[in-house]
Amino acid sequence: MNEPNIVCPHVVLHDGERPKLMGSRCADCRELYFPPAANCTRCLSRTLQPAEIGDRGTLWSWTVQAFLPKAPYDGGETPETFTPYGVGYVEMPSGIKVEARLSVADEASLRIGMPMRLALATYGVGGRRTFVFEPEPEA
Amino acid sequence: MSTDDVAIIGIGLHPFGRTDGVSGRAQGAAAVRAALADAGLRWDQVGIAYGGSQDAGNADALCNDLGLTGVPFVNVANGCATGGSALASVIAAIRSGVAEIGVAVGFDKHPRGAFNPRPRDWGLEDWYGLTGLMLTTQFFALKIRRYLHEHGIGEDALVRVAQRAYANGALNPLAWRRSAMAYETIAQSTPLNPPLRQFMFCSPAEGGAAIVLCRASLARRFQAKPVLVRAAVVRTRRHGSFEVFSPSLAAQAAPAPTVEASRAAFEAAAVGPGDIHVLQLQDTDSGSEIIHMAENGFCEHGEQDRLLRDGSTLIGGRLPINTDGGCIANGEPVGASGLRQVVEVCTQLRGQAGARQVPGRPRLGYTHVYGAPGVSAVTILEGVGA
Repeated sequence: MNEPNIVCPHVVLHDGERPKLMGSRCADCRELYFPPAANCTRCLSRTLQPAEIGDRGTLWSWTVQAFLPKAPYDGGETPETFTPYGVGYVEMPSGIKVEARLSVADEASLRIGMPMRLALATYGVGGRRTFVFEPEPEA
Repeated sequence: MSTDDVAIIGIGLHPFGRTDGVSGRAQGAAAVRAALADAGLRWDQVGIAYGGSQDAGNADALCNDLGLTGVPFVNVANGCATGGSALASVIAAIRSGVAEIGVAVGFDKHPRGAFNPRPRDWGLEDWYGLTGLMLTTQFFALKIRRYLHEHGIGEDALVRVAQRAYANGALNPLAWRRSAMAYETIAQSTPLNPPLRQFMFCSPAEGGAAIVLCRASLARRFQAKPVLVRAAVVRTRRHGSFEVFSPSLAAQAAPAPTVEASRAAFEAAAVGPGDIHVLQLQDTDSGSEIIHMAENGFCEHGEQDRLLRDGSTLIGGRLPINTDGGCIANGEPVGASGLRQVVEVCTQLRGQAGARQVPGRPRLGYTHVYGAPGVSAVTILEGVGA
């Protein structure tokens, strides 16, 4: 299944109900990489294979991008139309931490350790989409 | 002094901040001339030079300003660690016998506002920049948020670092920010990337800094108060360290390059953190300085809260940090910043720091610079002047 307007299609896998992140794994030392890497900076191997990074984790650190970034950001907003967005590292079950935009930017609703899940969302005003992490809905 | 020791015999600064109408290169040239004058030397006596500038042109174009003498001049581009890398290279060159007298120089003139790097220059995919993840300020915020959480440090520590930086800057006639700032003003300034706020960040700026060095056995010919280089070490990141512009972090964390550079420097100098009388730590933002206090071995992780509260890091304290106001009060012209640190520590060790002089005749000083994408440079310096 192809998702339209995704700026990073090769790191997002759709083979089930929810999207997953794709990276790579070193065939020699088993280290995980996101996005996929061509060589292993840990053991110096050059044999890496595609690997799923997953779709769920816990918030490891976070901030809010409160000012409009300069290029290369291409969200297309002006300082007047810019809305702050959350940014965080999410620790996946394997231990790798993935940096991503967050679906929320409200400081009161973000805390280290909270469960997060992957989603796809538009950013800025141009209709372009990327992966984000959102708080796991309460059971 | 052993035969391969190297000494600093000249220091020069062009004031940091904003100097409209003066190019970055002209500011670098002014710094070199000031450093040469301090050592009573001419540019045509210099046998080797290393220099860097991120946004103000090729450093070796300085030869057009200073004189075309045939000197081997190497351009250095190591981000915020450019100055430290240039200095370590000059020291290695003098030690190896390539030259007797060398110059390290850095200068810059950045546009206003945060830097805007290009993903491909850093080996990253375009989407990382397009989607708004490639900002140094975000990295600083994400790193210090996690660090404060892991080590039980309150956000007021971030305010205290900035407060001391502005207070020291107010005592430094060459600083950019020369007014002390109230705790509340810093604590209530605009959040840019929380927990970091506007007045907790240094700003890209302009300025120049230069150092003249020679074989230590020759030092007193040129300088009554030479400063001996006891160690100068550069290290880059290992797999697993938490660096700027990282789309992911490895499951198993590794120590920062600063930890390795610091340990190697202390070992080379055969001294410990407790022996240092005055120090400079990279304070791109308040949080970085807090992390660097522990990474350089000056305290345990988590101990910073107390040291910042009880005045230990003030000019009159046991551990005077960033006595000239650091990056926060001086701004950061990337090429020059690491050498400003060395100029300040030399000024302190020579007893020439005026209103901001560390009392009690400091003898051993320490400088630490850290830059993208994970480079750290440390020096340990000893004042040997009368």
